[in-house]
Amino acid sequence: MSDEGYCVLLFDSVSSTLLAERTLKKKGISHKVIPVPRQISSDCGVCIRFRPELREEIVSTLKGAVEFRDICTL
Amino acid sequence: MKKITYLDNAATSWPKPESMAAAMAEFNRSVGANPGRSGHTLSIEAARTVMDAREALADLFGVSDMLRIVFTKNATEALNIVISGLLKPGDHAITTSMEHNSVMRPLRFAATNGVSLSIAPCTETGELDPQAIADLITPDTRAIFMTHASNVTGTIMPVAEVGAIARERGVLLCVDASQTAGALPISVSDMHIDFLAFTGHKALLGPQGTGGLYMRKGLEEFIPSPMLGGTGSRSEFEVQPDFMPDKYEAGTPNTIGLAGLHAGARFIMDTGIGTIRQKEMALTARLIEGLDSISGVRIFGTRDASKQTAVVSLTVAGINPSQLSMMLDEQYGIMSRPGLHCAPAAHRTIRTFPEGTVRLSPGFFTTAEDIEYAVRAIARIAKKENGVGSS
Repeated sequence: MSDEGYCVLLFDSVSSTLLAERTLKKKGISHKVIPVPRQISSDCGVCIRFRPELREEIVSTLKGAVEFRDICTL
Repeated sequence: MKKITYLDNAATSWPKPESMAAAMAEFNRSVGANPGRSGHTLSIEAARTVMDAREALADLFGVSDMLRIVFTKNATEALNIVISGLLKPGDHAITTSMEHNSVMRPLRFAATNGVSLSIAPCTETGELDPQAIADLITPDTRAIFMTHASNVTGTIMPVAEVGAIARERGVLLCVDASQTAGALPISVSDMHIDFLAFTGHKALLGPQGTGGLYMRKGLEEFIPSPMLGGTGSRSEFEVQPDFMPDKYEAGTPNTIGLAGLHAGARFIMDTGIGTIRQKEMALTARLIEGLDSISGVRIFGTRDASKQTAVVSLTVAGINPSQLSMMLDEQYGIMSRPGLHCAPAAHRTIRTFPEGTVRLSPGFFTTAEDIEYAVRAIARIAKKENGVGSS
């Protein structure tokens, strides 16, 4: 499956990534934990992929709960 | 094999919930990978296993950000991280006269390196007047290190009161919750606890080799990690990450142990810490009452189950503690712990140094029958030894 058109959230650590996963899951926001795509450099091996239209909702959900490093579009 | 009556839960809890062993077997069978060291399915699942344990402990201790919980191999490691990292030459530290060597030895070592140490005296029942701590605070005081409950007498310490004093005076509070995590309610925010060291294998009902440290936000700035190495994060840099929990979690963790610790913590939450406390208090009250009726038996501590954890220290006139412990084991199959319990200061305080006591420590799986059996066994031993005695 191509990741094209998706966005990914990048984190400092796996712990932060999984904390974000937990936070999004509780809110029922669609996402997937995936290995960091090759073309992106990241501090940890996993990231969270999501549809670009969810960007605002995701950013506001994570605010105050867990810090992320960057958002990239694939 | 004769029946075993295990009354050494203050050393390590046993038996454990079936769910603990099942969780460890399941990790071994179906996950097994190294957490967060790769992006593959099993590595992510292993990292989730660690996070599940982190989340459960954060819930138990009233910690809102689970990343403030660092896993270590035991409470001793957690205490060493704080004591060796926080205290600098010229600092003053305060502790109590009821501490275990996991607090006392690192503090005594710090005292050989320019840290001054004051020890707040406790009563012969092991109780601490919070004012005794307040009286020792000076402008150089950096932190107070204290147990939440004595491993010798079970005496519960006034942590919340000391926490309020510490917060007001601008001093940090580090609590050793080895005897209480899983047995008593703990809220790091309500009790003003800055550092909470806990072990996984006692009242938290997890396996040995698990434990951890809660650290209040921002304090990691003052505490270097004694262990540096791989974390699965910032791999392109050759310096240790400075964020929680990676800063203190170098190297592959005890993931299978944390799977078990998570199950233990879940068991506690599902059962309810209040239910656990009520049961252990009833067992302790009956043990104290039963032992108290035996001539020649002396019970140490508050002798009030509501003021202590499920730990009863005793002596029997005419029998030294190690001999008594051996008789309980060999003749009755009762597991106890004699001697000084790694806490010489506490035994000095309750005036049982250097002979020590025999410690009986029930747990959540101890039955009322186990307690009656232990009381009868000690009554028989005491009677034989002293030629007197009731019951």
